[in-house]
Amino acid sequence: MTGLTPEPLARPGRFGDFGGRYVPEALIPALEELDEARRKAMVDPEFMGELERLHRTYTGRPSIITEVPRFAAHAGGARIILKREDLNHTGSHKINNVLAQALLTKRMGKTRVIAETGAGQHGVATATAAALMGLECVIYMGKVDTERQALNVARMRMLGAEVVAVPTGSATLKDAINDALRDWVTNVGNTHYILGTVTGPHPFPEMVRDFHRVIGVEARAQVLDLTGRLPDAVIACVGGGSNAMGIFHRFIDDAGVRLIGIEAGGEGIESGRHAARFAASSPGVLHGTFSYLMQDDDGQTLESHSISAGLDYPSVGPEHAHLRDTGRAEYRYATDEQTMKAFELLCRTEGIIPALESAHALAGAIEVGRELGPDALLLVNLSGRGDKDMHTAAEWFGLIETDPVRSGTADEPRAEGDGRTQL
Amino acid sequence: MSSTTTGIGVGAVLEQCRAENRAALVGYLPVGFPSVAGSIEAMVAMVEAGVDIVEVGIPYSDPLMDGPVIAYAADQALKRGVHVADAFAATRAVRDAGAPPLVMSYWNLILRHGPTAFARDLAAAGGAGIITPDLIPDEAAEWIAASDETGLDRVFLVAPSSTEQRIAAVTAQCRGFVYAVSHMGVTGARTSMGDAAAVIVNRTKAVTDKPVCVGLGVSGGSQAAEVAAYADGVIVGSALVRCLTEADDPAAGLASLRALVGELAEGVRSGR
Repeated sequence: MTGLTPEPLARPGRFGDFGGRYVPEALIPALEELDEARRKAMVDPEFMGELERLHRTYTGRPSIITEVPRFAAHAGGARIILKREDLNHTGSHKINNVLAQALLTKRMGKTRVIAETGAGQHGVATATAAALMGLECVIYMGKVDTERQALNVARMRMLGAEVVAVPTGSATLKDAINDALRDWVTNVGNTHYILGTVTGPHPFPEMVRDFHRVIGVEARAQVLDLTGRLPDAVIACVGGGSNAMGIFHRFIDDAGVRLIGIEAGGEGIESGRHAARFAASSPGVLHGTFSYLMQDDDGQTLESHSISAGLDYPSVGPEHAHLRDTGRAEYRYATDEQTMKAFELLCRTEGIIPALESAHALAGAIEVGRELGPDALLLVNLSGRGDKDMHTAAEWFGLIETDPVRSGTADEPRAEGDGRTQL
Repeated sequence: MSSTTTGIGVGAVLEQCRAENRAALVGYLPVGFPSVAGSIEAMVAMVEAGVDIVEVGIPYSDPLMDGPVIAYAADQALKRGVHVADAFAATRAVRDAGAPPLVMSYWNLILRHGPTAFARDLAAAGGAGIITPDLIPDEAAEWIAASDETGLDRVFLVAPSSTEQRIAAVTAQCRGFVYAVSHMGVTGARTSMGDAAAVIVNRTKAVTDKPVCVGLGVSGGSQAAEVAAYADGVIVGSALVRCLTEADDPAAGLASLRALVGELAEGVRSGR
């Protein structure tokens, strides 16, 4: 079922050396059950038909593409097209995977779902699918994140989910995943863990990618239809990496299309406060998979940092590690500062408020556009909308009187010539 | 026994317990809590008070198999600056006190050190082997080779959810003993062991002659006796760690630890 994978996998669940299943034995039977269920489902017309119907009548697929010339004028004049996953129901790409896994949950005869969430997007999507399908739902969220994203906590509770604030460790996304795994190993008999990104033990990285693959399938046809050619580069932000794998995968066999992932550069690599795993980390195991990992000399996980909670994770999906090491994809990073500039630019030039995660991809597009010049055609995955980030933006730009002004002005952003920003 | 035990492993101790018609008592403590020296002192105290095998836990930043008591102690130990290398000092002290030390570690710490180098360093420090809670034999080729080279025991886990096929595959790769998880969940003392522990032990014993020790949930002498009736060893963790986390000072912690070990040691001798 992975006929479009660049090369045959040496071992199941491996992307080159990366991936695998580093979890307690107690979870192995559930992972094998899940693997079998999703393999059968992906070739079952009933399952695929139901998923397609939900995409069409509930999520709002296919999502449109939007060309953004006023934004592109600030990016070396390249043609830039956005894939509008922000217009999906619940406001991001996350719903693609969640609906599919919720359907699988029912097929496996399970009645309860759990999920981790950072910014709250995956938690909201999971709570939504649970409400739609009548499943019990518990969302694990770091305590720090519940405070940063109080509105999303209210949304999840409104949808009927229980939200557990996790106080341990750094009280953010990685600790929420630890607690979700603890719940799963305790309640695996009736519970499915709807993991929200392309990491974790096999089959999650492959399965979540396949459930998001629709993004690239649609976008490739839409770009061809609009422009008559393939893009020179496909650009997406990479936290765990689900939206990026979703849009990259259909293009992997198109050798002329560059695949560019943008990580969170936070306050800069030298500050140590970032989530640019490919810029400054080495392979290791976290949450069941072998991939690049921010870790100290002993192998203890280091805390990541990003202005965007959705990219604030110390590891990255194993298929990205493989794409990177084989050279098929390239990875850069955008700092908080560069990201907020790109965020503001898209708001002011196109009337679209992107998620802070997606704004990293936009920052990447500005740089790649300036490198490639006016003949280039770039496809950017706008993975989510920015409503959830208004508090952060208000603080950053000083939009609310009581908030401290950190940087930025209310003026129209200037085009910065061809001066390259460090990315 | 040469194919299933080695001179540096726990096999001889388990044989001795079997000869005494009793289960072995395996006690877990994380290195570094309340301090590195304090944890080593506590491990040695456990040996003196009657523990047959010591599990030397290495604190890890993301202990997803651990409940609140062990997770708290590990977190505190990390904040106080414990390092992986401190486990080798603990291992040496436990061996010198007369009990075989088994390291219990999440896989990334060993991977970072290099499995082959870790095995050599551990063997040099008197270690008996490693328990790997998040490493299944399917992913363990390098560790299996390194343990064969050094003669270290390799203890993998079976769980109530394991299929017969997996129990057979996992036990085939174990050396020292098979770690049977008593119930589905994380580490932590429980008031009742339930039937699941006996069921998984019996299912495991149906496919292997290797010793089977039961972990997760044992907190006192009567539970130890209950498990000792059907298992080759009783593994106690959270209840021992709690002696140290709830103590007003290190001396009180050690006293309470010795008392609990004494009760458990009596338990494993009265189960049959």
